[in-house]
Amino acid sequence: MKTCLVVDDSKVVRKVARHILERLDFSVREAADGQEALAECQDMPPDVVLLDWNMPVMSGIDFLRALRFANIARRPKIVLCTTENGIGHIRVAIDAGADEYMMKPFDRETLESKLQIVGVA
Amino acid sequence: MELSAAATRILAGLLEARTGQQLSTGRQWRLDTALVPIMRARGIESVDLLVAALVGGRDARLADAVIEALLNNETSFFRDHGPFQQLMGPVLSRLHSARAGARRLRVWSVGCSTGQEPYSLAMGLAEQADLWRGWTIDIQATDVSRSATARAREGLYTQFEVQRGLPVRQLLRWFDREGEQWRLVQALREKVRFHVHSLTEPMPLPGMFDVILCRNVLLYFPPPMRRAVLDRLGRAIAPDGVLMLGAGETIIDQTERFEPDPAARGFYRLRETPRPIQLAAIPGFA
Ligand SMILES: C[S@@+](CC[C@H](N)C(=O)[O-])C[C@H]1O[C@@H](n2cnc3c(N)ncnc32)[C@H](O)[C@@H]1O
Repeated sequence: MKTCLVVDDSKVVRKVARHILERLDFSVREAADGQEALAECQDMPPDVVLLDWNMPVMSGIDFLRALRFANIARRPKIVLCTTENGIGHIRVAIDAGADEYMMKPFDRETLESKLQIVGVA
Repeated sequence: MELSAAATRILAGLLEARTGQQLSTGRQWRLDTALVPIMRARGIESVDLLVAALVGGRDARLADAVIEALLNNETSFFRDHGPFQQLMGPVLSRLHSARAGARRLRVWSVGCSTGQEPYSLAMGLAEQADLWRGWTIDIQATDVSRSATARAREGLYTQFEVQRGLPVRQLLRWFDREGEQWRLVQALREKVRFHVHSLTEPMPLPGMFDVILCRNVLLYFPPPMRRAVLDRLGRAIAPDGVLMLGAGETIIDQTERFEPDPAARGFYRLRETPRPIQLAAIPGFA
């Protein structure tokens, strides 16, 4: 079973994502900000991270930058989820190391297609 | 909203006459929801009145609008990631070798909806530019829905549509931002030619396609219609061409024309007609 770490400061978003992911047969873990996510990744890296952009303590982009220097056994695939869809935002995310990019809200088919694109579904 | 059995029957009959599609019981309950926008736009108060207007036949565009509303146009870029990778990899690579002499590739996307399917292929080919340099690539796309083909030609998609199936790097490479939407670059738009055509009618395009994509279209047809369409596709495909169906579809046992491609799952080839006995192979005839 593949594992997915859902990183979002909104409990509701995490719950919705968990629901979809579990139906896609993922084992799901949660984190509420980038710092918690980093700790989770160092503990036991998931196959993929569903990452919010705007979060308190540590944003998604800062998490991506920190992940580069973190000592992690296996780098997870990253799907960034945000409410911004400007080309500039997308470029920043990709430059910081995101593998895929998705606007919120998303549905099951969209998430599934992104997971296929990054090669974990 | 209650829908009378008579109204349902007439609507289903209209759909089947124009498109060959059967209205499944699963979709019957959505009839009224699908028709609400049309009724609103014309100030028609119930489905029965709508059906009466249809039968009266005074508004020719009404029937078109109703058909459009009853069609399921769902689609996405690179729908079914795995099969598309097969197509862009081993399937096209075989055809590339087989056509190395003529350097010509012809593709037909049947039931192309709003264009994501043929454009995905055009995008894939553009990304293999070195391989196809000097080739004539002809991509034709047809759909019974006038509004879907019109949208397809525009190549303008919402954020929701582009994030389904389309990798973000390809979005950045091949689309321009237009307001809140994304427009496919002209260089790719002009690679695909769209036509309004129903599979219930004779082929508008002269045959010999190397690749026919007929994905998530046949499933709405009753078995005899499906067989007839497969016959038609069989006549339009090159002897060594491939037919690609939707990921969940199969036509095994539904046609004598096609058989599964042993080299690629979900792809079909024309069934080989039995070869005449080779006299030279029989001892004494050498
Ligand atoms: C569910 S969509 C599939 C679109 C695309 N091929 C895909 O797989 O994503 C089915 C399409 O078939 C079209 N269609 C239905 N009946 C047809 C017919 N008789 N001739 C041509 N197209 C038809 C519909 O208008 C619709 O756009």
